[in-house]
Amino acid sequence: MDMVVGKNYLESLLQGEPQLRPSPLSWFNNIRASAVERAGTLKIPTTRDEEWRFTDISPLAKLSFQPVQEAPEVKKEDIARFYLDEAQATLVFVDGHYMPRLSRGSNTASTELVVTNLREALMTHPREIESHLGRHAAFEGKLFSALNTAFLHDGALVIVPRNEAIERPVHLLFVATQAESASHPRCLLIAQSGSAVTVVEDYVTLQEGAYITNAVTEIAIEDNAQVDHTRVQRDSMNAFHIANCAARLGRSSRYRSVSAAFGARISRYDLNAVMAAEGAECDVDGLALIKERQLADTHTSIDHAKPDGTSRQLHKCIVDGAAHAVFNGKIIVRAGAQHTDSSQSSRNLLLSARAHVDTKPQLEIFADDVKCAHGATVGQLDTEELFYLKSRGLSALGARNLLTYAFGAEVIDRIPVASLKRELERTVLEQTQRVEQ
Amino acid sequence: MIYPDSKVLLEVRDLHATVNGVEILKGIDLTVRTGEIHAIMGTNGSGKSTFAKVLAGHSAYQVTGGSILFEGRNLFDLKPEERARAGVFLAFQYPVEIPGVANSHFLRLAYNTVQAERGREELDPLEFEDFVREKMKLLEMKPDFLDRGVNEGFSGGEKKRNEILQMALLEPKLAILDETDSGLDIDALRVVTNGVNKLANKDNAIILVTHYQRMLNYITPDFVHVMQSGRIIKTGGKDLALDLEAHGYEWVGTGKNAPARVGA
Repeated sequence: MDMVVGKNYLESLLQGEPQLRPSPLSWFNNIRASAVERAGTLKIPTTRDEEWRFTDISPLAKLSFQPVQEAPEVKKEDIARFYLDEAQATLVFVDGHYMPRLSRGSNTASTELVVTNLREALMTHPREIESHLGRHAAFEGKLFSALNTAFLHDGALVIVPRNEAIERPVHLLFVATQAESASHPRCLLIAQSGSAVTVVEDYVTLQEGAYITNAVTEIAIEDNAQVDHTRVQRDSMNAFHIANCAARLGRSSRYRSVSAAFGARISRYDLNAVMAAEGAECDVDGLALIKERQLADTHTSIDHAKPDGTSRQLHKCIVDGAAHAVFNGKIIVRAGAQHTDSSQSSRNLLLSARAHVDTKPQLEIFADDVKCAHGATVGQLDTEELFYLKSRGLSALGARNLLTYAFGAEVIDRIPVASLKRELERTVLEQTQRVEQ
Repeated sequence: MIYPDSKVLLEVRDLHATVNGVEILKGIDLTVRTGEIHAIMGTNGSGKSTFAKVLAGHSAYQVTGGSILFEGRNLFDLKPEERARAGVFLAFQYPVEIPGVANSHFLRLAYNTVQAERGREELDPLEFEDFVREKMKLLEMKPDFLDRGVNEGFSGGEKKRNEILQMALLEPKLAILDETDSGLDIDALRVVTNGVNKLANKDNAIILVTHYQRMLNYITPDFVHVMQSGRIIKTGGKDLALDLEAHGYEWVGTGKNAPARVGA
């Protein structure tokens, strides 16, 4: 039964694909073609798949979504509130389509930084793209990555030149404007050796309908480079958001990731970080703040493939109403990855009796000289913390509100862009406060 | 200091309390008047920290007998936050870390809550910043204390300074300092105790809960009480602390003195 539904569904999803124009680059056409083929052989995952055990996406298969063939008219005023004051460059995509008029690229003389639409960059930067696109986020076993790749057309390309530190953030803004639409955002970020950059990947909506966002992001961090990657998902409460991110870390490189999920009826974020050379460092932090009937699923994998790597992970969920949060955090320490230092913490706060969390830390350690710590908590606010605040005069409700806010703000505080941090702190504040009955 | 015209601030009579059904306090009597500094000393497990928590109203401790009057009011009628607003302050032995909330925000929230209760003016963030920086000088605190998360990553000494800073802001009538000397190096101890001395006046009172005599080299108590097995078994002046230091707690237990009735 599931298979039948799945098959029809996939056919319908792939319908828009033939209308994409072929590229003059054969390797690019080949990637797309093999992704189409692969997508055709994969099924929609069900809760019988281990990787999707807690996340039932069958509601997705009951709806029909079509790619938007032409982007609608969106004015700068419509999205003014989403622009970041600090941004060095901003790329705006509306329903999957690149919008040059809304964007501000960065090809100034002072820097070699490339921030541009992937499709056009195929002509100007074919070598860089070919050596990374589709090579980090594998789609062999992943239906949604395969679908995204099958629909490859517009996307964000960021190339940070060797030894250049970009002080201000690069903002990649994906705007959803139409119900029943499907978009497949794609980002490719290449931080060349010794470079440093902050990138904000931001999913927003102008309407509250049902639509699907199916994103893939690939991040290549070369030796001694640093990438700060902030990901914000604030889709419609009726939307489906599925995303795969793959980061590859070079020698002594550093990857800092903060992801925050607020929106979507059902969201699923897979982050795979591979520490592919010695001495890499990664911080992977996440917050899911959900309510009503939302489901937010985060699957992360931090792969210590080489020695002397450090990873730190703090994942938090604040779950209200009848919402359901899922966290699966895998840490792999490969044979030979000695002196790995890894810590993972999953902390979950339930704000209602019907709220639900499934958390699963997963350690796979094949080296012996390593330090790995992990822990998970699920529950209500800590009574000692509440007592501390009350002993300073705060009311029981005031103490509860402050601690609930703080629980989320701890992750948001790690976002390195001040204006976005303030904005999201306000979101956390609004969504965590209760009033006197 | 003992003043002739002092008022009774705290009256504890035959206080009994349990934790998880185990009786920890077995009949405590204590009277504290304005202007006084009391030291409560005792070994680990003697019940002195439990007594401190009961005064502040921690819900893990059940009062099973006796009474506590604070300025003539039944303290048991007041929730922890009401006690704080009424002027009872506990400096925690292990202050809680609250990442995600800036220390300045927390301090201002506490300050304004207590100010409002006293019918005094609340301060906006800028006004408060000036105000708190003055108070921080008292404790020789670095300015970045305000921007960090509440106690987040603070050293033991920094946490204790932050507690005394809160005491300075909230101006309690009765401050209970629970092992404030623990984990402090000699410089931090000097700074913290110097701050406490400056905050002590004829209208407030301080109860120092401590295991060791060393804090009392800096803060001179008017009364020293020795706790053992949930009771105050001996009361004396500041010299009692020196005797304890010289002879150890066992010396009190084997002494011929009957358990003292305190502060009568």
